[in-house]
Amino acid sequence: MTLKATPLNSAHRALGAKMVDFGGWDMPVNYGSQIEEHNAVRGDAGMFDVSHMCVVDVRGANIRAFLRGLLANNVDKLQAPGKALYSCMLNPEGGVIDDLIVYFLAEDWFRIVVNAGTADKDVAWMNQHNSATNSGLTITQRRDGNDPIALIAVQGPNARAKVWQVLPTTQAATENIKPFNVAIVADTAFGEAMVARTGYTGEDGFEIGVPAGQAEALWNALLAAGVKPAGLGARDTLRLEAGMNLYGQDMDDTVNPLDAGLAWTIDLVSERDFIGKAALQAKGQQAQFVGLILREKGGILRAHQKVVAASGNEGEITSGTFSPSMQQAIALARVPMDVAVGDTVHVIIRDKQLAASVVKLPFVRNGKVLAA
Amino acid sequence: MNIPTDLKYTESHEWVRREEDGSLTVGITEYAQDALGDIVFVELPQVGKAFTAGDDAAVVESVKAASDIYAPVSGTVLAVNQPVADAPDSINQDAYGAWLFKLTPSDAGAYDKLLDADAYGKTTDH
Repeated sequence: MTLKATPLNSAHRALGAKMVDFGGWDMPVNYGSQIEEHNAVRGDAGMFDVSHMCVVDVRGANIRAFLRGLLANNVDKLQAPGKALYSCMLNPEGGVIDDLIVYFLAEDWFRIVVNAGTADKDVAWMNQHNSATNSGLTITQRRDGNDPIALIAVQGPNARAKVWQVLPTTQAATENIKPFNVAIVADTAFGEAMVARTGYTGEDGFEIGVPAGQAEALWNALLAAGVKPAGLGARDTLRLEAGMNLYGQDMDDTVNPLDAGLAWTIDLVSERDFIGKAALQAKGQQAQFVGLILREKGGILRAHQKVVAASGNEGEITSGTFSPSMQQAIALARVPMDVAVGDTVHVIIRDKQLAASVVKLPFVRNGKVLAA
Repeated sequence: MNIPTDLKYTESHEWVRREEDGSLTVGITEYAQDALGDIVFVELPQVGKAFTAGDDAAVVESVKAASDIYAPVSGTVLAVNQPVADAPDSINQDAYGAWLFKLTPSDAGAYDKLLDADAYGKTTDH
């Protein structure tokens, strides 16, 4: 099976990237040292090719009504154009179809960015809901086919400054936008640029969308401005330190978002009905989602390792790694309701039971270690 | 990728060097450290432990994966390289210098049956 390639595939290979099969995509896992790349993002500026992710444009009249039913978070929080919202899209059983960001551009134009591996499933689901509700909207994915948009995430304390060096005509529109806001600027040196103050690292920065044909030129310009290329290895350690969920690992369509630390994204307060609401109200939260820091030598925390609470009840690590910023093994774990922040639990690694502390997320934010 | 000709190898990417006293020094190859990425944890065996060829002898963990290191031949652990356990990234810096453990082989001839550099090189060609 041939792997899918983003518009930046040759750019990665030219940099000597170690390429891997990431869900059917030929992607860079590192360009030498994922730890160095991680540190570059925390301390300076790094960039990720995220063009395997998919922009979806939703156009038409009354998109709000459509999204109110489709998404678990409340799009009525999006009142000012440019504002963005992180939300889950649930199935009727309350399981997570995907997590995504929706950007309010205009009443007749909302833009949604979804995960790479779930894009086809997500667009099919949206189309189905469009038909079922007779909404008459036009839903267009912008990754495969005509007029694709390539995405580059530039992240780190110096990221925005470097982006403005390379895209000076975006500075006026984006200098004062708050986090979780976007501006679309026409006629930049790289075509129409979507510049969103969002990211998946816990650092400040911009995620930039440009026409796919301009991606390589933009990437090279950012390189010349001193932004360090960073691969999927660093992306995982950064997002884990930042306490950010990874779809397919921390949750999937069999997982209740209330058990995945996502209650804050689910609006159960308003009268609004949405797909999955009734199921969530019936189930409630049945597990906690916490951070773990390994306290004894013996290995690295990893997905699927069993967690044993003092009570003897068991949980499971959903994502684990070695944190370059903390120099310790850390994890996200789904644990029983009787576990509290501050508790010591034991993680089973090979033949040992190793002590770990339960901590509040995130571990790291804006370059600072918060959890110790 | 560097594959020194004065060493022997296993298909599981261990390198082995026979010392003058007949003991065997074992580490992982440059190919292995490159595949693993940044190494962050090493667990070495106890001195005195006896292994059969193919037994799990040590563990090397990178950020993304845990990798078992196997005893290349049957023998008893003579020494372990504690400084490498304390500085795991030294394996990435110098895979052939950062040995993991030494074995006293139970069969002196077993070493000669390991892969030579050429044969090992072929296993890593994709």
